[in-house]
This record gives sequence, C-alpha cells and structure tokens, in this order.
Amino acid sequence: MTARGDERLAEATPDERLLSGSGIRHALEGVVTRIRGGDLGALPVVLGIAVIWTVFQLLNPVFLSSENLVNLTMQCAAIGTIALGVVLVLLVGEIDLSVGSVSGLAAAVLAVTFVQLQWNLILSLIAAIAIGCLVGLLYGYLFTRFGLPSFVITLAGLLGFLGLQLWVLGETGSIAIPFDSWLVEFAQQMFLPVWASYVVAVLAVAAYAWSLVRRARRRAAANLVSQSYTEIGVRAGVLLLFLLAATWYLNLYRGVGVMFLFFLALVVSMNFVLTRTRWGRAVYAVGGSVEAARRAGIRVDRIYLSVFAMCSTLAAVGGILAAARLASANQSSGTGDVNLNAIAAAVIGGTSLFGGRGTAFSALVGIVVIQSISSGLTLLNLDSSVQFMVTGVVLVLAVIVDSISRRTRAATGRA
Amino acid sequence: MSMTHPRSGRPRERVLTMRGIGKRFGAVKALTDVDFWVNEGEVVALVGDNGAGKSTLVKVLAGVHPPDSGSIEFDGEPVGIDSPADAQELGIETIFQDLALCDNLDVVANLWLGRELRDGATLDEVDMEQRTWTLLRELSAKIPSVRVPVASLSGGQRQTVAIARSLIGEPRVVILDEPTAALGVAQTAEVLNLIERLRERGHGVILISHNMADVMAVADRVVVLRLGRNNGVYNVADVTSETLIAAITGAVDHSAVRRIPERTDAAAPEPRDADEPPDHTAGGTVIRMPRAGARRTPRPRGEGNR
Repeated sequence: MTARGDERLAEATPDERLLSGSGIRHALEGVVTRIRGGDLGALPVVLGIAVIWTVFQLLNPVFLSSENLVNLTMQCAAIGTIALGVVLVLLVGEIDLSVGSVSGLAAAVLAVTFVQLQWNLILSLIAAIAIGCLVGLLYGYLFTRFGLPSFVITLAGLLGFLGLQLWVLGETGSIAIPFDSWLVEFAQQMFLPVWASYVVAVLAVAAYAWSLVRRARRRAAANLVSQSYTEIGVRAGVLLLFLLAATWYLNLYRGVGVMFLFFLALVVSMNFVLTRTRWGRAVYAVGGSVEAARRAGIRVDRIYLSVFAMCSTLAAVGGILAAARLASANQSSGTGDVNLNAIAAAVIGGTSLFGGRGTAFSALVGIVVIQSISSGLTLLNLDSSVQFMVTGVVLVLAVIVDSISRRTRAATGRA
Repeated sequence: MSMTHPRSGRPRERVLTMRGIGKRFGAVKALTDVDFWVNEGEVVALVGDNGAGKSTLVKVLAGVHPPDSGSIEFDGEPVGIDSPADAQELGIETIFQDLALCDNLDVVANLWLGRELRDGATLDEVDMEQRTWTLLRELSAKIPSVRVPVASLSGGQRQTVAIARSLIGEPRVVILDEPTAALGVAQTAEVLNLIERLRERGHGVILISHNMADVMAVADRVVVLRLGRNNGVYNVADVTSETLIAAITGAVDHSAVRRIPERTDAAAPEPRDADEPPDHTAGGTVIRMPRAGARRTPRPRGEGNR
C-alpha cells in the first residue's frame, strides 16, 4: 500500500503539463482519479467486508462480538497463508490449483514424522516445509522446461499429491498431534498478553511512520515531490487508531492470537519483498509482460521457478498451521474447500487473474471476506451447502469486479 | 589498418562497421554481401521495401540472428555478436517496434527494469527517480509524471520511455525500429526531436523507417537495401525522396553497378578509399564506405572510451 504513496499526482490532466503538488487534497484527488480510471485497489473488498459484516450483524448479534472476531482471526491464519502463496502465482499470471493437496501433504508428513516416527518437532516441520518447496520446484521445472500450462501441471498435482498424502498417512487415516506440543499450543492457546498487543501495534505504526518520514526526507533532499509531514501524520494516525481499536476489541476476549500475528507478519514481509526488492519488481514485470521482462535481462525462468516454489512452500506452511489448529492430520486435510477458498481469497482481495496486479495484502482482506461469510453462515445454522453457494457467488462477483475494472482501465488508458 | 586519425590509436569516430554480411534462412537469402557503418553522433536511416532485409540486418546487430558470413568491427576491433547479451555488452541497444514495456509498471520501474539501483538489499527508488528526471530533461521529453503506469501514456510518450530506457546503459549505438509508425503528427515530431537529442549526445543512431519525410527530416545518411543487397548509400543533404523511392523500389538498381568493383577488392582487407569519386546516378550521390574515422570531426560529448 505504501508504494502507492507516490501516485498521488493526478493523471487525467493534459499530457503537456508536468504534474506536481502535494498535500492531503492531492492525495485524495489522486485516489479519486485512480478509482475513476478503474484502478480500484482494495476499495471493492473493503466495501464488501462492510456489507457482509453489517448484514450478518443484523441477522445475528453474536457475529461482531469480540469472541467471534477472535475466532475469525484464528481461522484466517492457515488458509490466509496459503492464499498469500496463490497471490504470488497470480502475480506472474499463472495459477496453482494444488495448494490444498500440498497443504494436506505437508500436514500428513508433519504428523507421520512427528507422531509415528517420533522425530524432533523442528525436524518434522523442516521436512514438511521442504516437501512443499520441492513440489513447487517440480512445478517450476515442468513449467519452464516443457512449457506445460500451469493449470494442467497443478491440476495433475492436485490429484497426485492428494494420493501421496493418503499414502503417507497409510492405514490409520487420521493422526492426532499431541496437545502438549508447542505447535498445537501456538495455534490454539497462544495469545499476546494485553500490554504486548498494544506494544506491537504501536511499534508497527512507528516503523511504518518512520519509513514514510525517511523516504519523504530523502525525496525532499533529492528535490522530488515528497509527502508532507501532515500527510504522513494523518496516515500513521489513522492506522494507529485502527490498530489500537482492533486490539482493544480483540482483547475483550482472548486477544491477538500469535498465529494470526505470524500470518500478519508474513503478509507484511511479503509486501516488503514484492515492493522493495529487485525480485519483487521482476515478479510484477513478468506478470505485466513476459517478453519485456526477458528483454530487460530478467531471468524469467528463475522468477517462475522461485514463485512456484514459494507458493507451494507457503501452502505447506498453511497446511501445518491448519493441522496444528485442529491438532490432527487426516485424509481430509487440505481437501474440500481449502483449495478454492485460498484461490478465491487471493482474487477477492483484488489480485488480478490476468497477472501483474495485486498486493500481498489482498490475501489478508480476501481471507477475511471468505471467513466472515463462513463464520456468519455457521452462526445462522446454515449448513455447508449454503456456504459453498454463497462463497461461489462472492467469487464470481469479485471476478466480475476484476474484469470490469480491467475494461475501465483499458478504456481510460491504465490497463 | 591504416590510420587517418592522428589523435588516437584507434578510429574515434567510427563506431560500427559491417562488411559483406550474409544471412540465409533455409533457401532464402535474406542478406547478401551487405556493407553498413555508423559513426558517433550520426543518424543513419535504413530504408527498403518489405523483405529488403532491414529487419534481418538489425537483428544481426542486436544479436538475435548471428550472420552466416561477413565481419563486424566495433571501435575498429573485430567482434562477434552471437547473442543479445553480446550486443548489449558492446553498447548496441535496440528498440523494437513493440517497445517491450511492462504496462503495469510505472515509468521509473520500466526504465530501470533488470538493472535497478539498490540501496543495500532494497530498491533505491529516490535515486532511480531522480536520474529518470535528469535523463528525461536531457531528452526534453514530455512525460507528465514518472509515477504513472506506462499504460496511461500516449504512443509518443511510450516511445520516449522505451528510448530513454535504452540510454540507461549509455550505449554507443541505438537502433530504432519504425519509431514513428502508428504515431500522430505531434507525437512523430516529438520522437524526431528525441532522435536529434540522441545525435547531440553522441550516440550512433540507426533508424529504420518507411516514412521518407521522417528520414529526410532527421537522418544524416540513408542506406537503401533492396532484396537483401546494398542498393546505394546517400547523403540526405543531396538526395530527394524520389531518388530514394526509386532506389527502394528498384527503379534504379545500384546493386548491379556496385557489386562489380567490390568483387575485385573483396580479397583485399583494406577498406575502400573514401576519396573514390562517387557515382552520380539518378540525381543522388552514392557514397562509398569511407575509411574508418574519416568522416565527421565534431564529436559532441560522447560516452566513448568504454
């Protein structure tokens, strides 16, 4: 989101004029022109969350209770982590349909090595994550070496690795992970103490504000248009208020789960890597135009390979989190709606299926939408049939928004 | 090699010389015995009908297709250009017609794509943006903001971004493939201005174009190819569009005239003499390949001496 800071220059003015200006008014104007131009960013999904939360709150007053929201955050972490990987694959314009199977496989490997073979937990975790990474490297190899469509490779992976998961689990079919292991505690019991949660919120905002101030200073020193301190203050202030309010509300019940914080940290670091490193820039470039990226000297094959590897690795991590939260790995781990929920979350969050557009934060907001629907419908005692249908409708709506905004962008020259 | 330039050990003006370039694709002879040269701060237009071999010649230079025969000299040294990376290393940048820009990235990101400046492990956006502005101002380019996605720019502005990008590596030779095709009048003028800036900066510019007006407006020298062979080299100062078109379409066939003397000196490694009297055919002055470094004396602030 911070990368957008520079785009406050309004675009709709005649091209002969050099645009400049700063201040909050310009920031708002920039946002308005961008949205008019079809560059919607997180707007539809934020509106979507507002609508969904209002509707469910009206139908069932428990929905927005602290208890339910705390549970919601904990439910988000596992699939959200998987969705984060999907965002990466979508950014390069590819797809991974097998994230569910890979997450189930990782859960199975973890449970079998840790419980049945009595490995050290760390070793089991490394094994499970390494399996995910290997799967991704295999996809990347097949994709870059033979040019198979990622759709087909990962569809094969969806079946193949589900089979492998069943084979790893063997006769038992279901393996319980002991409750006293720190992994399960991490996923179920660990919440930040109240003081620590506020400290984390304040530190996060301080880091954000500091990075903005540092950038503004450097830009001012270089005579470039920079954000005013007022604007930085407003941005940081709004974020601080939001985080403190959220923390306070969650603290009414059990507080901020460590697993959720882990997920947030993953999202923020991924955003950093995508927006501030050469690798991240290359990912967007490949998603925008493979040919242009290749001619610019980017080793496109390596980007694909690393993206597939990271996606499957994150899927494995998500599978481990899910297994830890359930304290078991079984034949249905990672099956059912996990796959499509993860992909839907990435798309609903605003990552374009056409590549090159989206941010790491779309995994976060997307999964909040998906889990809100799921949680709200469960509270209304509607069974999974309705849940599936509603999620399907929301996904279609999200893709419609993506397509329309893409067309608007093309029409206004921002495609 | 005989030196006509007393100031240095190597010819300073001539950047690139191609002699007797041949290229076949299966049974098709795309290029036969083509000579071509570029000096620093010179705009050479490469013209010819469809299938005349313009693109093939440019692709030979860009390292896309290595030549089957002939030699290439860069700064007087014989070189082989076997891959696009070789070409870039020598300092030959090609801007193909499709521009190869990433529409979803902004101007700065496109300019520095693949060679981003870093501040530690992270991108140095401030430095990149500052240098982008410097470069664009030097080119007198009109870009409203360097932080808008390239998709929102006009055709001429996109061409500007593509050209500016090619200058990041300070190339010696810039090849422009049909830069004004599909551009409006104002935008064409913008791009032609840009080409003049390139000349002022001391780059050798190779301009492929079908548009005689553009060629006459901006080029110093015109090289005509026809059916994969040289069909005359003209100084723009003393040639008319009609002559060029005659040469392009084959109404005047210089290749037959020119091949005969060339066959005789093909065995000799010495380049032909610049003082050789030019043919006067159909009103245009056909130029022989001059000895390296003999042509232009003013050398506007070049990036030479790599």
